[in-house]
Amino acid sequence: MTTNSKKGLGAFIADCMRWALSGGIGFKIYIVILLAVMGTGAYAYANQYQNGLITTGMSNIVSWGLYISNFTFFVGVAAAAVMLIIPAYILKDKDLHEVVIIGEGVAVGALVMCLIFITVDMGGPLKVWHMIPGIGLFNWPSSILAWDVLVLNGYLALNVLVPLYILYCNYNNKKPTGWKYKPFVFLSIFWAVSIHMTTAFLYQGLPARPFWNNPLLGPRFLASAFAAGPAVIMMVLITIQQKTSYFIDNRVFFKLKRIIVVSAIINLLMLFSEIFKEFYNATHHSLSAQYLFFGLDGHDALVPWIWTAISLNIIGTLLFAFDPTKCNPKYLMPAAISLFTGIWIEKGFGLIIPGFVPSPMGEVVDYAPTLNEILITVGVLATGILVVTLVIKPALVILQRFREATT
Amino acid sequence: MDSRKKEGQMKTIDILEKKTSRRSFMKKLSIAAAAGSAGLVAGGCVGTSESTEEMGLKWEEYFKKNYRMMTPEEKDETVVRLEKLAKLQDGVDIQMSNQEPQEKVLFGYAFNISRCKGYMDCVEACVQENNLDRNSKTQYIRIFEMDSGQQDPTSGDGKYHHEVPVENKYYMGIQCFHCENAPCIRACPTKATWREPDGIVVVDYDWCIGCRYCMAACPFWGRRFNWGKPEVPKEEINTKQHYLGNRKRMKGAMEKCTFCVQRTRQGKLPACADACPTGSRVFGNLLDPDSEIRYVLKHKKVFRFKEELGTDPKFWYFMD
Repeated sequence: MTTNSKKGLGAFIADCMRWALSGGIGFKIYIVILLAVMGTGAYAYANQYQNGLITTGMSNIVSWGLYISNFTFFVGVAAAAVMLIIPAYILKDKDLHEVVIIGEGVAVGALVMCLIFITVDMGGPLKVWHMIPGIGLFNWPSSILAWDVLVLNGYLALNVLVPLYILYCNYNNKKPTGWKYKPFVFLSIFWAVSIHMTTAFLYQGLPARPFWNNPLLGPRFLASAFAAGPAVIMMVLITIQQKTSYFIDNRVFFKLKRIIVVSAIINLLMLFSEIFKEFYNATHHSLSAQYLFFGLDGHDALVPWIWTAISLNIIGTLLFAFDPTKCNPKYLMPAAISLFTGIWIEKGFGLIIPGFVPSPMGEVVDYAPTLNEILITVGVLATGILVVTLVIKPALVILQRFREATT
Repeated sequence: MDSRKKEGQMKTIDILEKKTSRRSFMKKLSIAAAAGSAGLVAGGCVGTSESTEEMGLKWEEYFKKNYRMMTPEEKDETVVRLEKLAKLQDGVDIQMSNQEPQEKVLFGYAFNISRCKGYMDCVEACVQENNLDRNSKTQYIRIFEMDSGQQDPTSGDGKYHHEVPVENKYYMGIQCFHCENAPCIRACPTKATWREPDGIVVVDYDWCIGCRYCMAACPFWGRRFNWGKPEVPKEEINTKQHYLGNRKRMKGAMEKCTFCVQRTRQGKLPACADACPTGSRVFGNLLDPDSEIRYVLKHKKVFRFKEELGTDPKFWYFMD
């Protein structure tokens, strides 16, 4: 094998695709299952495209549902890559530097999901070009949604280009040149915070919805994301450690765990603060919270969900905080799943739906997604998982080769 | 003759599709595969036979600009295209206007809560006038039955279904308030909704991408979304239309009360004010010192709903 001759971009792409798709029978079954789920989702989407959003459970009262809930949550997961980027690139933490690329891969997958979720939620997806500056009309800086489109796409670009450059250098057995990518790393740190704050402002800036119109929404978004995101990354790392030969040091788990614990505790503190405000002196504006936690006028569709979410949230936090096994992956996996699921429900469903209930005219209705809607959502999730898989696999091969070649 | 034949054909196709699930499966599958392709752009309804003229018109409609960016000529052209399309697709002769706002006019509305008896003639007139979707029973206006001693319609009953008036109750009508400082306009990512110089908040249905952010932003529940394909029986279609008003809407687009722009720019009253049997609805030009609305604002005790949000609605409530 020639190690010094420079290989071109064509060879890089070809090799990446080969590494992405090669694998044992188990891997092939896994890919086929993902493709099947995506296919089902596409079929369900064709149905929605033909008949309109009437195929969903949304209505004029609850006008955003499962799609936007998931969109909101996965923006958080995408932003969480920054919790690896800061220690890896800025604090020069060697252990986390080894896995930062995985965090970025997860971010790319999450962003792809976000963009698809927004698109499937649109009434006129073919009119998306109306938003492109130049040929369309972009309501910037007035519309927060316009900002969100901007920051999400920008963050996706940053998270694709920086790792791509580093990997391409490593592929050619070279160290990446600092000045060529470091500025973008710094930029992506601020950008990560901005995607999350902007998405929070989307809701926070609406006086029409007292449940969202709350200055804690943005910061709490960040705290929950910095707990849930690293939890996802931990799940991916544990899977990699168990399924591949790629070596992941236990110290990585230890550091990740510390990040999760701190964020999760801050998140719980803010949750407590919110609950206190809503219920100590309940006002007309607390009705949404009342609907969420206890039900209102006999409508209580969200009550079991939110209590499950809070329980999982607390259990996950406690499991991470008091870990008797000293970072045994078998112990960390359920803890990560618990925390992740809890925040998923709470920051998705639990945040979006109560914003609409009661309606500005005081009406209380329940929202339940239809099967079609669920199939589309699951299809999008499968797409995200596929993207993460196909991005991380070749990256690991390149990193491992580079590691072997340099040591 | 010809058009009737075509209609018949389309109906049989419809029936066939409903019966043979395999065919519709294949159809959906092909759409799934071709999603985003140019054929879809022009089509929207794959499978039905379309004339080349219709395809061409749709193609031009798809690539037209936001209404506000159009030159007067382009506005005339799109109106002509839409008239032709209405004829080709639905077999209806419509007259569509793109009349601009008049000078020195700012529309305002006042609602007399001591006169309204909750008959809902306004609601019915609005549905007819504005070609509102009959499938989903869309209505721009809602009447809330309120107990005396209340002033907040959110505590009233917006779904009453009994003989009116009921003793010790009063009635409050809610529709888009055409706010001067409208949160919905700020929210729209594509500038598909805006406030016209005469104060009417309108939507360019063709430009709306259907994200529903405006709907989340409205504190008055003033907007309605087309979750499915809106339908109005052919014989009930109001053929006097305005581009920004009661023209045909499409699935996936937002719509709302336009103060009956197709009527009010011609000096008529909105359909709701026209239909009201009790004279509870006062509409007029706020800039005209002799108008009835100015009289009401000057001499009656008026209030506005959710004034604390600072949206500055152009809709007042008053009592005798």
